[in-house]
Amino acid sequence: MMEILLALFIGLLFASGLYCLLRRSVVKLVIGLILLSQGANLLVFTAGGLLPGSPPLVPKGASVPNVPIADPLPQAMVLTAIVIGFGLVAFFVSLVYRAHEAVGADDINAFDQTDT
Amino acid sequence: MSELVVVLPLLIPLIGAIILLGGARSLRFQRAGTVVISAILLAASIWLLIVVDAQGVIAIQMGDWAAPWGITLVADRLAAIMVAVSALMGFSVGLYAISDIDDERVRKKFFPVFFVLLFGVNGAFLTGDLFNLYVWFEVMLIASFVLIALGGKKDELEGAIKYVTLNLFSSALFLAAVGILYGEVGTLNMADLAVKLENYQDVNLIICTSLLLLVAFCIKAALFPFFFWLPASYHTPPAAVSAIFAGLLTKVGVYALIRSQTLFFRPLFDEVQTLLIILAVLTMVTGVLGAARHFEMRRILSFHIVSQIGYMILALAFMTPLALAAAIFYVVHHIIVKTNLFLVSGVVLHKKGTADLVKIGGLYKSAPWLAALFFIPAFSLGGIPPLSGFWAKFAVVKSGLEVGQWVAVGVALFVGVLTLFSMTKIWGEAFWKAQPEPVDGFQATDKKVSGWMVTPVVILTVATLIIGLFGNSLFAFSERAGQQLFDNREYISTVLPEAGITQDP
Repeated sequence: MMEILLALFIGLLFASGLYCLLRRSVVKLVIGLILLSQGANLLVFTAGGLLPGSPPLVPKGASVPNVPIADPLPQAMVLTAIVIGFGLVAFFVSLVYRAHEAVGADDINAFDQTDT
Repeated sequence: MSELVVVLPLLIPLIGAIILLGGARSLRFQRAGTVVISAILLAASIWLLIVVDAQGVIAIQMGDWAAPWGITLVADRLAAIMVAVSALMGFSVGLYAISDIDDERVRKKFFPVFFVLLFGVNGAFLTGDLFNLYVWFEVMLIASFVLIALGGKKDELEGAIKYVTLNLFSSALFLAAVGILYGEVGTLNMADLAVKLENYQDVNLIICTSLLLLVAFCIKAALFPFFFWLPASYHTPPAAVSAIFAGLLTKVGVYALIRSQTLFFRPLFDEVQTLLIILAVLTMVTGVLGAARHFEMRRILSFHIVSQIGYMILALAFMTPLALAAAIFYVVHHIIVKTNLFLVSGVVLHKKGTADLVKIGGLYKSAPWLAALFFIPAFSLGGIPPLSGFWAKFAVVKSGLEVGQWVAVGVALFVGVLTLFSMTKIWGEAFWKAQPEPVDGFQATDKKVSGWMVTPVVILTVATLIIGLFGNSLFAFSERAGQQLFDNREYISTVLPEAGITQDP
């Protein structure tokens, strides 16, 4: 049940992210990218399998954990991806700010000096 | 010992970046340090190339965790030659950047970021794990974002927005594909993936992830129809930056495509072969036609990156040992030639004050040495024998004829002619015709060019000539590397000794 809810929510994140990317405002571009990257993070987490209440820990006195355990690897990957995404978004926000100052418009159509 | 040789191409740029950050105050230290560090990196990479060619695939497990779980670094012949060529580019562009990059940018830590870029590129070539490949891509991307936007001028920032947006989008797709693949197969080690996907039953989801990864890599490699970010951004930063981008970044995408299709998506290759051929052909044609309408040197060259990427992917799509050898040879030739052409365009920019072909001319008369230095890489790109581009195209065409892809081969030859047209256009406008009267009140200058900028151009031109005139050994090497890719058992058995895959019976 939780998987279906999360899957729907990931779809919603991707859809709204794409929608924001296709708008003409540069700020919405940033928001769209944030939503997309969060959707991807959540997808990694969900695709790794959800096992509530079974942490990958070895109980006291035992030498192996009680099976089944939740796979810790997707969570480690998501943490890495969140950190990377955070850094990139921070850079992108400052870049958009500088570009907005230089171009003087929020409309992506005004960014036409480098068009091919 | 064999561990050190694989790790050094990663350690040297990382330590180099840290040292340069430490000595950030002295501009002279930054510039001298760059030359020294990139020379050391070049030496280490050539050592790696020699060792890998002699011993075969080298795999090392970081922290001694065995293969499917630990972080694996793998150097096969393809990875080693890519590392070696990118180190050569790092050295040449580092030399060039000494006078091309102004004090302002050096103060903004240009050189440390430059080494972080090389760090990420080498990491992407050497990793044996799909998630690590994602991380290395991000290392490389964040460095390239900084380099492209460092100047803070209007067109640079505009180009940077387009470049960053498309690359972040492709990273999101990449991560999503990695997640689904892990959920389905339960491993991300490339060799382990190859073993598990060999006889996989439920392939539908795997094909989906394969296509997702294909799109992500195609955006990075600037394939049709995902290439629009490239010509919109590569002409804005200083020549040193666009030269290293033109040489290396898209080729990392090409490398990722070659690696994924030859190694772990190999069992599903039939599903994407036709698609890849169509994409490659359209990439060649649109790239070269885009170049035909432009009159600014770096914009023309940017579009030619796109069209040349098409040749490499076409060779990959044929998927025979000869075709893979052709792809590798093509990548090596193209990195050297394209970086060189961007450096030449930078020299023209410095000399004349603009690279707009309408406003400049007479370079053949005022700088015949520069004409020679442009002539060789340009006509190598166009595929004139006996320069390196001829052998590269010849190998692609020959492998295409062997598998009977007549249409694709015909288009490849036609695109070669159009490439020559663009190169002769630059030659005729910038070098041959007389210096025109001022256009729109713009009078082209005729400045002296620093020797630091000419030396790397000479180095790369000599490299092109050597590949062209004595190309046998490089092509023989490419054939060995192509064979290693085509028969991937050596790679898998080196990374996973327990998997029970025997090498040649």
